[in-house]
Amino acid sequence: MKINVTVNDRERVFDITPDEYLLDTLREHGFLSVKRGCDNSSCGVCTVLLDNKPVASCTLLTVKTEGCHITTVEGISKDAEKLSEHMGDEGADQCGYCNPSLALTMYALKQEIPHPTDDQIKKYLVGNLCRCTGYQSQVTAIRKCLEDEE
Amino acid sequence: MKVVNTKIPSIDGKGLMMGRPAYTDDLAERNSLIVKILRSPHPHAKILEIDYSEALKLPGVELVLTHKDFTRKSFTRAGQGYPEPSPYDKFVLDEYVRYIGDEVCCVAAISDRICREALKLIKVKYEVLEPILDFEKAIDSETIIHPEDGIFEQFPIGFEPKRNIAAGYHMEVGNVVEDLKESEVTLEDSFYTQAQAHVMLEPHTVNARIDYQNRLVLYTSTQTPVHVRRIISQTLDIPLSRIRVIKPRVGGGFGGKQHIHGEMFVTTVTLKTGKPSKMVYTREEVFESSYSRHPMRIDIKLGATKDGVLESIDCHILSDTGAYGEHALTVFMVAGSKVLPLYNKVKSVRFYGEVVYTNHTPAGAYRGYGAIQGNFALESAIDMLVEKLGIDPLEFRDKNMIKQHETSPIFAIMGEGTEGTAMTMESCELEYCLHRGRKLIGWDDIYPYKQISETKRRSVGMAIAMQGSGIPYIDMGSATIKLNDDGFYNLMIGATDIGQGSDTVLAQIAAETLQCKIEDMVVYSSDSDLTPFDTGAYASSTTYVSGNAVYKAAKLMREMLIEEASIALKVKPEDIKYDGKTFEANDKKITINDLSNRLYYNEDQKQLVATGSYFGTKSPPPFMAGYVEIEVDTETGEVDIMNYVSVVDCGTTINPMLARGQVEGGIMQGIGMAMYEEVLYTKKGKLITNDLLNYRIPTRLEVKKLTTEFADSYEASGPYGAKSVGEIGIDTPPAALANAIYNAVGVRLKTLPLTPEKILMAMKKREEDNNE
Repeated sequence: MKINVTVNDRERVFDITPDEYLLDTLREHGFLSVKRGCDNSSCGVCTVLLDNKPVASCTLLTVKTEGCHITTVEGISKDAEKLSEHMGDEGADQCGYCNPSLALTMYALKQEIPHPTDDQIKKYLVGNLCRCTGYQSQVTAIRKCLEDEE
Repeated sequence: MKVVNTKIPSIDGKGLMMGRPAYTDDLAERNSLIVKILRSPHPHAKILEIDYSEALKLPGVELVLTHKDFTRKSFTRAGQGYPEPSPYDKFVLDEYVRYIGDEVCCVAAISDRICREALKLIKVKYEVLEPILDFEKAIDSETIIHPEDGIFEQFPIGFEPKRNIAAGYHMEVGNVVEDLKESEVTLEDSFYTQAQAHVMLEPHTVNARIDYQNRLVLYTSTQTPVHVRRIISQTLDIPLSRIRVIKPRVGGGFGGKQHIHGEMFVTTVTLKTGKPSKMVYTREEVFESSYSRHPMRIDIKLGATKDGVLESIDCHILSDTGAYGEHALTVFMVAGSKVLPLYNKVKSVRFYGEVVYTNHTPAGAYRGYGAIQGNFALESAIDMLVEKLGIDPLEFRDKNMIKQHETSPIFAIMGEGTEGTAMTMESCELEYCLHRGRKLIGWDDIYPYKQISETKRRSVGMAIAMQGSGIPYIDMGSATIKLNDDGFYNLMIGATDIGQGSDTVLAQIAAETLQCKIEDMVVYSSDSDLTPFDTGAYASSTTYVSGNAVYKAAKLMREMLIEEASIALKVKPEDIKYDGKTFEANDKKITINDLSNRLYYNEDQKQLVATGSYFGTKSPPPFMAGYVEIEVDTETGEVDIMNYVSVVDCGTTINPMLARGQVEGGIMQGIGMAMYEEVLYTKKGKLITNDLLNYRIPTRLEVKKLTTEFADSYEASGPYGAKSVGEIGIDTPPAALANAIYNAVGVRLKTLPLTPEKILMAMKKREEDNNE
């Protein structure tokens, strides 16, 4: 079956099966920044924005995204680049597998909660797991990145 | 130092944040066959028949492989140097299955869906055998997990498969039994640690193709590309020269990707079909069918004088390697060799025990590698002894622990599978770490605890730890530096960046030596065709071993540059001054850019390439003191971690930010093991904590604050004074937290993880005991 979606501001028609997950559809079509981690929406590395809200693409049926706007990190490259500079300054980069999903979730946080406290940042990003860092450097990088934009 | 010991951002952070294809599955051929494994539903069984005729009829199924398709040749998936200290007790596919999740047969199909459908159509008849699910009942059980022929040890490791023993060892200095009899104060107890899961966020992933030169090319998420190449060649009888193993960006490893995972299957599928193939483990497979930390029971006996001199340590360990013996001996050895020397002034010390087979998921390499298990037991026991003695735990440690210029006989006796290497602690700032941590946590204000409300107590606890820096005389690293026109370099290294930042750190060492900017040192790691030999990322070896190789290569390149500049300027090499930009002598000058352009385009043309290699002749330990401040709810048993202070001696920090990242990441994984990461099996042996909903790793909310500092330390044998930092961070949390919980509520937990339930139960039991 065919569905119509907008990915990173470009209209696309995807030929899918009804039981296909969005993560598989996106990777199949070359959006390789969306990663596979846990298969049950608990680690966050497959995060994309669906109409500007962060969702786990590994458990979202593609068929349900008909007519939606999907954003991957390629669609917010300026924000991602800025976050990466702060991550670099804080030494928060390690394996990088969760980095794109972190940028997308921060982007959504910015829309939803202006001037978040550290506690709000932590709570908003709680679904983005990281096994490499102790989280602290990431939170500092995100806070500084958000402050930088003000 | 301009580049080393400065805060340089990771060289790859930006590209990865922007989502550029980098990881193994990003680089798979788009039309790859999907490879999946049918896994055993039984913990122990013999396969009588596999009927896959229906599966083969399914359109899109390419082939099914069973044990009959492989030459029967045992190997180990451990991913270690050769000869391996792990038993050759595994066949690619076997007629026996030894745990729930073990490999029965392999299917390749044109899509994920068809592959999954095909698995359902395969009918297997099993003769179900009695399993061993309790590792304390494994030795000499009626059930023998490895009764088969054709399995063996490469050299003596105490391998006794008929007794379900994968490895065993015994060593003693002095006479422990006699000394303990005479000790004024003794302590004896047993501690249990669990099968922690690595939970690297990128699952085990591999793909294969045959290139236009008809060679096999594997992309694999591995810590050990050259070992992967060797083990495939050895086991599947493919000439080494026909295999190329590329390690792209790796999404975390922590030891779990030292092992072979799907490489044998994609190789066989691709060679049989001529088509590219790929395999991505599901998260359930990562939990159930890869590797875990070795669960252990550690029996400790300590003897001391009344005035607090530790005289004897007796340590017996029973370790559970699960169905196969990957890293069985060596993890067990490290539980002694990188723990017991902490208290080096004892008269006598004994370390012995067995590593047994069970019908559980195999154990293997995991950050800390035995040291975290041993540390939990010893550092808990030390606090218990200290309480008996009525001495302050910090004062006791200060008096009895290892210090600079001292040694321990254990270094010479215990290696990893072989004898060890004697060494004196040329750099050891453990004393500083101990005192500095005490200040940072506010020990004197809180110890043992403060009542902060009717139901809440705040307390502190601590532990000290050591690790190593590579395996002496075994781990080898090498590096090649190539000068390009316009004067920038390529640094080609076999060292495997798995997210720890070694590409950045090694580039810093090269850039410092050649006095260039980090941007002018382009790093490539690693590809068995293109990068020089390196045993891989394990045993905390990269900064120290590979770093020394990089340093040697860069020194050589510098000498070559001076030589070429002397020819260009027509002066003696010793007259040349070089600041990283310009060669100067007797008022003559040439820049690195002009010199390199001259070398490649104009005069005396030649390519400059320098290679350095290094193996350690010792393994200088990093040290640390870990202090934790917690708040315990006495009504619920809940523990809040307020602050974890780490003061670390890892020699010079090549990159202080990345070093801090290694420590904090290790601390967080150690906290996970100590507090949350419960491993549960059903009575039938099925792992039920097999996803991230049931297996809880720390999230952003669990720990309030991490405080990390480094001691001013310099290890003369390391590159620019560096030792390792990859593993040391993980070792202290279990003991420090158990000690803090004891200090708060007076109950001693000896089984990990330290859950609220266990704390509350122990408090209730103590109350009942007091009432009796």
